[in-house]
Amino acid sequence: MTDVDHLALDAPLPALAAPGAAPARRHRLHIAVFLAPALLVYTAVMIVPLFDTLRLALYTRVDGVSAFVGLANFRALFGEPRWSEHLWSALGNNLVFFLIHMLLQNPIGVALAAMLSLPRLRGGAFYRTAFFLPTMLSFVIVGFTWKLILSPIWGVTPMLLGAVGLKGWFHPWLGQESSALITLALISVWQYVGIPMMLIYAALLGIPDEVVEAAELDGITGFSQFLKIKLPLIWPTIGICSILTFVGNFNAFDLIYTVQGALAGPNFSTDILGTFLFRTFFGNQLQLGDPNMGAAIATVMFAIILVGVSVYLFGIQRRMRRYQF
Amino acid sequence: MSMKAVTSWALAGVALAAVALPARAADATLTIESWRNDDLPIWQEKIVPAFEKSHPGIKLNFQPTAPKEYNAALNSKLDAGTAGDIIACRPFDASLDLFKKKELTSVNDIPGMNNFGPVAKAGWSTDDGATTFCVPVAAVLHGFIYNKDAFKKVGIATPPATADEFFADLDKIKKDGTYVPLAMGTPDQWEAATMGYQVIGPNYWHGEDGRKALIAGKEKLTDPEWVEPFRQLARWAPYMGDGFKAQSYPDSQNMFTLGRAAIYPAGSWEIAQFESQAQFPMGAFPAPVPKAGDPCYLSDHVDIAFGMNPKTKSPEAAKAFLTWVASPDFAKLYSNALPGFFSLQTQPIDVENPLAKEFVSFRKDCKSTIRSTYQILSRGTPNLENETWVESANVINGTDTPEQAAAKLQKGLDSWYHPAK
Repeated sequence: MTDVDHLALDAPLPALAAPGAAPARRHRLHIAVFLAPALLVYTAVMIVPLFDTLRLALYTRVDGVSAFVGLANFRALFGEPRWSEHLWSALGNNLVFFLIHMLLQNPIGVALAAMLSLPRLRGGAFYRTAFFLPTMLSFVIVGFTWKLILSPIWGVTPMLLGAVGLKGWFHPWLGQESSALITLALISVWQYVGIPMMLIYAALLGIPDEVVEAAELDGITGFSQFLKIKLPLIWPTIGICSILTFVGNFNAFDLIYTVQGALAGPNFSTDILGTFLFRTFFGNQLQLGDPNMGAAIATVMFAIILVGVSVYLFGIQRRMRRYQF
Repeated sequence: MSMKAVTSWALAGVALAAVALPARAADATLTIESWRNDDLPIWQEKIVPAFEKSHPGIKLNFQPTAPKEYNAALNSKLDAGTAGDIIACRPFDASLDLFKKKELTSVNDIPGMNNFGPVAKAGWSTDDGATTFCVPVAAVLHGFIYNKDAFKKVGIATPPATADEFFADLDKIKKDGTYVPLAMGTPDQWEAATMGYQVIGPNYWHGEDGRKALIAGKEKLTDPEWVEPFRQLARWAPYMGDGFKAQSYPDSQNMFTLGRAAIYPAGSWEIAQFESQAQFPMGAFPAPVPKAGDPCYLSDHVDIAFGMNPKTKSPEAAKAFLTWVASPDFAKLYSNALPGFFSLQTQPIDVENPLAKEFVSFRKDCKSTIRSTYQILSRGTPNLENETWVESANVINGTDTPEQAAAKLQKGLDSWYHPAK
């Protein structure tokens, strides 16, 4: 196999700044001017709230007055069983939620993209739209629709299973501790499978025909062509999909809140970090909100995501081979 | 003083207010925050016009939020300074906390506050009872609503009065097979506690006596009178519909109003909606007592009140509204416009709706009590009310035995509540 790294079929693109490089050195001001709007907006809506959350986590409120307590909130969160039990169970559930996405959503996305990019596929545009459509739906609609589909009373699932004589297979999946989290993860996979599919589909379309033709001349076709030629070329995109899934899952909240409520029932079996944070921060029924403890949980979530993304960036992405055409 | 005299005095008072107030409060619009989004049409069609008619110059804008989001939404709005002028108050700590943060004002000086007894005010007063910060509006009563046709079909002549009769009747309905005996599910969790544990429980822990003993630390949730309701609850599961573990609250409501279930563990707030949807006659019976002749206790829970946002731009108009809310006129209008929400004023009120009448008749025979977890005991973390939801659902689902559930609740309470100190 030819190493595509050294193909250099095209002449290298001229560097963008080449003609004006020397004069630009004198007037660097415009860089700041152009960056300013985005930087200001980003600072105002992202960076300041982020640091304020970190700050909030170091305070507590006694009789309506804020007081600095250092790391006491974190000590309570990790040290006191009434907090840590919830934290660990939420983290565990979150991991399961993420693993299901990694094992199902991304491989299915890759498979769908590979099939969509087959040159002789009929109705490709239809499939592409159909698979992507749920992604564009509001999570409220998705949650509510699936709740109805799976409802033991009005749902279409027990009826359909009954029609083929498998009524006994039906269980109130969303209401059982053993199956609720998996069911929710599968609903989420169904909804978001369009995103890895589209990204990978775009990457597959980006592979030049010359590479594919060369492979065919070498006698590599069909599935082995996908494994040996295309897959190595789309690994970076799959990596991006994985990291997007990771960040999305550890920030997830909406679907579970819509389907199971803030108590993430039954018996906290679907409680993930997002619902735990919501319950703590805003309170629930008689439980009053505790913004400081909530901020501490948000900080833990931030740390988890930061570590995950860093591991990916420094551990995986830097070592990944990139090919240029 | 005769009834007639009271009414005429009240009418005179309202007439006076109607004459006097417009002069003080000209052209103000009051926004009302509430979690009762089901009541929106009734406010728009009945309550708001009645108020605006007697108070020209003041407009009302009823702006409800979904009940689940209300507390969170209200707290954020109050902190941001964007909350409405009039605030619907949840009972006990949620509102007490708002008062302490100076986001509610005292209503002690509102004329008509003497129309309320101490129990009614307790839900919205400081711990020492000196200051009341919301004008009590209504209580909800709990019991079981049943489908009269279903009872007739399976041959139940009178609604069950004791626990044994209750289960015997459930057996009859189940054997007949036409109806699901009990319309309730567990995924939303709160129904299991609010419509289960807290309804049948007071008959075992003897209402206010037990509730106060629990607060004083003289009784524990692991004592037999607190565990027995869980044992009763655990026996409900076989009578609930297939897949009750995923049957949400609206599912249960629809199941009953469509005539597919025989008994619905209810709060009186359901009355209006059920009457407009159900095509069959309905009746109600109170929580069955353990043994025939035992005293009965009624979950008569203070539910809603109105307070004033101190940051309101029209305090005079807001006070005029609260004065109106404290008047017998409002009590009559509200109790009849919203059957199932019973006025907390000491003066008895004629309720016209027959089902609501049945509910209010429970007050005659049974002693009223409020939900055991609401006062003081839900101040800490873990929150006893939330824990009770989860454990009640667990008991019905069979995840926890009644003894395990009680032990967990007591352990959670012990971790922060020390009544002896």
